[in-house]
Amino acid sequence: MHESSAPPTGFLRKHVFSLDHKVIGKQYLDLALVAVVTGMGLSWLMRFHLAYPDIAIPGLGRFAPNAAPGGVMTPELYLSLMTMHGTIMVFFVLTTAPFAGFGNYVLPIQLGAEDMAFPRFNMMSFWVTCVAFLVLLAAFFVPEGPPISGWTAYAPLSAIGKDAGPGQGMGQTLWALSIAIFCVGQLLGSLNFIATTLDLRTRGMTLMRMPFSAWAWFITSVIGLIAFSVLLPACILLILDRVAGTSFFIPGGLVVSDRLQPHSGGSPLLWQHLFWFFGHPEVYIAILPGFGIVSHILPAFARKPLLGPKVALVCMGAIGFLSYTVWGHHMFLSGMNPLSATLFSVPTLVITIPATIMVLLWIGTVYGSRMRFTTSALFCLGFVSVFVSGGISGFFLAQPSIDTYLHGTYFVVGHFHFVMGVAAMFGIFAGTYFWFPKMYGRMMNETLGKIHFTLTLIGVYATFMPMHYLGLAGNVRRYSAFTDDYMKGSLPLHRFITMAALFTGAVQVIFFVNLIWSRLRGARAPDNPWQATSLEWSIPSPPPFDNFGGHHPVVLHGPNEYGGTGPAGDCVMQAAPTTQVTR
Amino acid sequence: MATLKLTSPARTGVWIGIATITMSFTAYTSAMVVRQGSGADWQHVALPRILYVNTLLLLLSSGTLEAGRRRLSVAWLSITMALGLLFIAGQVLAWRELASLGVYLATNPASDFFYIFTALHGLHLLGGIVALGYVMVRLRVSRGGPPLAALSAASLYWHFMAVLWLYLLLVLATRL
Amino acid sequence: MGKLFAAVVAVVTVISAGVFIARIWWLPPDISVLGSGIDQQMTETMVASGILFVASQLTLALFAWKYADAGDGRPIKVFPGGATPMVVISIVLVSAEILVLTLVGTKVWGGIFLSPPDPNALKIDVQAEQFAYYFRYPGLDGKLGLAHPELIDASDGNFYGLDFANDTTGRDDIVSASLVVPVDRPVLLSLHAKDVGHAFYVPELRIQQDFVPGLVIPLQFTATQVVKKEIVCTQLCGLGHFNMRAYLDVVTPEQFDQWLKDQAP
Repeated sequence: MHESSAPPTGFLRKHVFSLDHKVIGKQYLDLALVAVVTGMGLSWLMRFHLAYPDIAIPGLGRFAPNAAPGGVMTPELYLSLMTMHGTIMVFFVLTTAPFAGFGNYVLPIQLGAEDMAFPRFNMMSFWVTCVAFLVLLAAFFVPEGPPISGWTAYAPLSAIGKDAGPGQGMGQTLWALSIAIFCVGQLLGSLNFIATTLDLRTRGMTLMRMPFSAWAWFITSVIGLIAFSVLLPACILLILDRVAGTSFFIPGGLVVSDRLQPHSGGSPLLWQHLFWFFGHPEVYIAILPGFGIVSHILPAFARKPLLGPKVALVCMGAIGFLSYTVWGHHMFLSGMNPLSATLFSVPTLVITIPATIMVLLWIGTVYGSRMRFTTSALFCLGFVSVFVSGGISGFFLAQPSIDTYLHGTYFVVGHFHFVMGVAAMFGIFAGTYFWFPKMYGRMMNETLGKIHFTLTLIGVYATFMPMHYLGLAGNVRRYSAFTDDYMKGSLPLHRFITMAALFTGAVQVIFFVNLIWSRLRGARAPDNPWQATSLEWSIPSPPPFDNFGGHHPVVLHGPNEYGGTGPAGDCVMQAAPTTQVTR
Repeated sequence: MATLKLTSPARTGVWIGIATITMSFTAYTSAMVVRQGSGADWQHVALPRILYVNTLLLLLSSGTLEAGRRRLSVAWLSITMALGLLFIAGQVLAWRELASLGVYLATNPASDFFYIFTALHGLHLLGGIVALGYVMVRLRVSRGGPPLAALSAASLYWHFMAVLWLYLLLVLATRL
Repeated sequence: MGKLFAAVVAVVTVISAGVFIARIWWLPPDISVLGSGIDQQMTETMVASGILFVASQLTLALFAWKYADAGDGRPIKVFPGGATPMVVISIVLVSAEILVLTLVGTKVWGGIFLSPPDPNALKIDVQAEQFAYYFRYPGLDGKLGLAHPELIDASDGNFYGLDFANDTTGRDDIVSASLVVPVDRPVLLSLHAKDVGHAFYVPELRIQQDFVPGLVIPLQFTATQVVKKEIVCTQLCGLGHFNMRAYLDVVTPEQFDQWLKDQAP
């Protein structure tokens, strides 16, 4: 396990190449923070251009003189920003923060372990992810810039090479390389999570006594293992098509930029199948940790158990399993056999059932509770609201005949931003406000937190709900400007969305100020500021380097024992009292 | 202080690794099936005979590995590693034979998959060789007792490499 | 704070739902025989989802309003029936909805994509490329010439790569940058892509279909009004994607015949 039972020494060992899951978790969260600021900045540039296509953006002309002559964004720059925005957000924010970030920090402690099963692989997985991020960012600095094929990188646009357009040369190759490297990091991470959950639980911590967050991370890591094992081959085949002259995804007879392409026999649909076989489970990888985090946190602030704990676990497992049966719903209009549309549509609609049950369980938990509306609790409740909004729009898209109209419109953009960009983010915020005291030994400022929450909730609804209206009117997505007769009229609503997006982005400054200020000047955090039951609240804030001070906690209870009237208060800690570590 | 372990994490880790590798080769296999049907340019690749010799070497190495594992013998493990390296050398010879016939990576879709399957398997086997080397070093320098968990994990991985190769050989022989 | 949360959620819900109900932004009127089927399904889904949306958001808001910790140590209340009503409602309600929508939807879907092509259909070849559409009509011989990608010469107007020298069937083909069709007559499009993936989308026709390089994909529709609408590309195809469009020009049968005569090379 650990090389020695003494804490590491030296700056590099302690802060850079640390084997400590707590340091690695924080490193992932810091990486996600850098990524989300970058991704959000890209979206501001995009939104500004959409609302005011002819106006020069200050500074842009100097940073990208070819792609934005005089500061006015060209279509290819817009598309490359859009590609990088999607890639950075989906991979480096939504797959890292809720899973690798919080999971790494919290999971071993919640299980009563000293560290993850393979600390060296853990460290490697973080640094591999960092390398992937740097390789991706390098695409900004090659002469033709980043790729313009979207985060979905459909072939043959992504496979042909330079002829297909600006950014499709080196930029696209760097993208494919970056994602392939990212896959390796994720697979190492999944390996660790699964082995840790199966093998390192402390005495008394049966699977059924694991906190909901631990279950969510476990299910997520199993999904991730299978999904990323398919994305990696897909990226390798794409790279081979681009540099080795193969034709996995490129059919014959293509004339691009007046050149007959030297490929033949490949299938663009093969890329779509491989990509979406990964891509759909990926979005559940983004949201399931949020399910677990909310299910874990809400009872603590409601002071009552989560309604239907076993049902919740079955639902999370069902969602994980079903996520592998629905990928074709991204391809209803792709030219695949129309009969298969029904085949994919039914499980897509059926997934609504466990998702609905989860929502009702959360709402049912609030019923009759003694809710403490801390910022973390508010983000949990906000999660329920925005997940309902995002899930319902999915119900439309799941039906092929309706998708015939809504596919490729802003309705889809509104849908996935609600479930991923908002709901998953709310899960991350809930986790941050909840575990910050444990991680840094200081409380976050609740007033700033509540302002952050309220303004963000209003802001995200103002930003993303109108996109559904645009979609209903037939407004097409991935357009860098609206010059069509029928889409020109949508500009006022686009301007409203841009204002809302900039407003919501500005509000996040409050969050950053809170993070920094609390690190330096926050009130000292007790071991268990929230009076919660799971093992992380039975150790000091911040924890000692080996979590449990060399002891092994013995677990006597499940994590859901709130609402009683016992002598020690209205909840029962998971660990037996004598094995709790106190300062 | 060692953390309580319910089962050996090293072996669990290898099982998880087996799941991943299986899934990725499933993805390659389905890509191959689709590609075979999507274009009219599939050309049969005659498998170099040396592949069958290599197969025998790999199967033999599984046997020597078991001998080494039961007897905790560095000698038997060295033979296993040598057989593994011979296997890889044999694979390289197979590539050179194909290259001399003008069949390279991008020559036709069937050759694509020949090279992809053999190269990826060889790479993963190299990983197994490194793991074996690590176990041998720890056996030699056994300060805290023989590395039973690591040896068991490395063996599991090695045997899986042989099973995987048998599957790939079957695919190459019947579909290419 | 719970009350503030409840208020925000309630206001947002009412405004969002209100805009949907008021149809301030809505689908344009359809001009297709299949349009009413899709629109009906859209409305049904909107009503069912709308009820679920409003009910769940307002319930969440209500509970957040009511159940704050008042510090008086009152006991918690478990939802009557526990988790069972949640499971039952979800399974029954959602399954019923799924059943209805799948049955109705499959009929509509089949109408667009699984119906055999009408024998009376006007056959038009469509080529999508970066960043334009070209529509090819068979000439008087009723046949389309063979297209050869290697012969494509855009500067010479030979968008399809027709072999004028050796192929007689292609000489009278009419290539147009607009899709001109007669009203109330089935049209069978044959979609293929010259370079990368594209798509064909006419919101008013309620149809959409990707162009997949290497495949020839059929798409059938019947326009019910004499009108001019835009065809736009919805599959990201490069920097000109936002500007890739053509006009669908639905005309009377007489105007169509005249147009064909005028276009004859």
